[in-house]
Amino acid sequence: MAEFGARLLIADDNKVNRLLLSRSVELQGHSAALAENGRVALEMLRREPFDLLLLDIEMPEMDGFAVLEHLKADPQLRDLPVIVTSSVEGLDNIVRCIGLGAEDYLPKPVNAVLLKARIGASLEKKRLRDQQKDLVRRFATSEVAQDLQQSGFSLGGKRVHASVMFSDIRGFTALVENQPPEETIELLNTYYTLMFEAISSHGGVVNQMIGDGLMALFGAPLSLDDCAGSAVAAAQEMIELIEQFNLERAAARKPPISIGIGIATGDVVAGYTGTQQRATYTCIGDTVNLAARLEAHTKNVQRPILIDAATRHGLEAGVQLIALGDVQFKGKAGAAPVYAVAQHSG
Amino acid sequence: MDESVIDQDVYAELQETAGAEFVAELVDTFLEEAPGMLAELRSARAENHSERFRRGAHSLKSNSNTFGALKLAALARDLEIKGLDADPARDMAVLAELDAECARAAAALKVLRDG
Repeated sequence: MAEFGARLLIADDNKVNRLLLSRSVELQGHSAALAENGRVALEMLRREPFDLLLLDIEMPEMDGFAVLEHLKADPQLRDLPVIVTSSVEGLDNIVRCIGLGAEDYLPKPVNAVLLKARIGASLEKKRLRDQQKDLVRRFATSEVAQDLQQSGFSLGGKRVHASVMFSDIRGFTALVENQPPEETIELLNTYYTLMFEAISSHGGVVNQMIGDGLMALFGAPLSLDDCAGSAVAAAQEMIELIEQFNLERAAARKPPISIGIGIATGDVVAGYTGTQQRATYTCIGDTVNLAARLEAHTKNVQRPILIDAATRHGLEAGVQLIALGDVQFKGKAGAAPVYAVAQHSG
Repeated sequence: MDESVIDQDVYAELQETAGAEFVAELVDTFLEEAPGMLAELRSARAENHSERFRRGAHSLKSNSNTFGALKLAALARDLEIKGLDADPARDMAVLAELDAECARAAAALKVLRDG
């Protein structure tokens, strides 16, 4: 059980109280460290990990209210459960503790049975919160998870300058029909592992995976100095990785796969869309549509990487491009110039 | 021993939850700390330091309640809530009462500890 063997910090200026509380938690199977005032407690919390804080209010140097305020303002510590144990007079003081984020309040002298129940409940809540954070990390990218932790969740977006990438496997439907589903899943897992590696090593974030296709952002949620250059470099690496992967497939007598990548750059609105219950980090705007069209267009021109004029504009001189002229895309008012990225020689 | 000084039920429950041996050590700690707490109250009174006075009374109240020294706790609580009196002489009178009650509680706790 997670609630046993937790590490607690007891902050109390009174020696008798400290000893008695630490005895109580040790009898419950936890270990306790002791701090004689709020300042010392904060230092210890910032130095080593604790599962829970038992906090007195009346203390010299820094009292419990100030400790609660510091914890609330600290992204690393604001989720630490705090149980206030005090014989402080006045209901308003208790209300103030709860308002400042204390999980619970226990009057002194602390009843051992109540203390055990409250510690158990707080640790269980902490375990659920940790699990939730873990889930967010698994299903969102770490950048999105960090963004969520720092600014909280709210629907709605902000305008950012970014490069949007779409990529998918050519002829995937035919491939799926000619092999057992287990093999397809394995293929997809390898494919995604390679693509994630190429994208994230250039500062991009994969924000959607649909079947064999993916959408990636360069410049959101974290801004990038050179989003166009990063996106194109990632695309070139993706193509190289697929070529290596095809060598392995050839050795296993499997047909090669090929991918198409479209990149467009411009202002997009990035943020969380969906409902309060289920939302995803994405971005919308003309740039996104154009990137999707460019990706689809790779089939028509038999070029693996196509980019728009704004992406080209953001590139340094070293990248070799082939101008393919203007293309009229579905749903677009005017024709847009399209460029193919030439592969690295050798 | 005057049984009204320490509430026997509170003390017995403390022994039951924390262990008699541990409570004996805890009594020793209190006996060591109590003179300092009383001195702190007097010095806060002398220096007109209301925050320290209130905190000192609070600390003494808290420990008295732990051991079931209910009369001592009540005296300390009165001081905590009232704070420094405009008339220092009135506080000094309560402090004298507090000293005497603390001595009675200490004597009773020693008997319980060694019992």
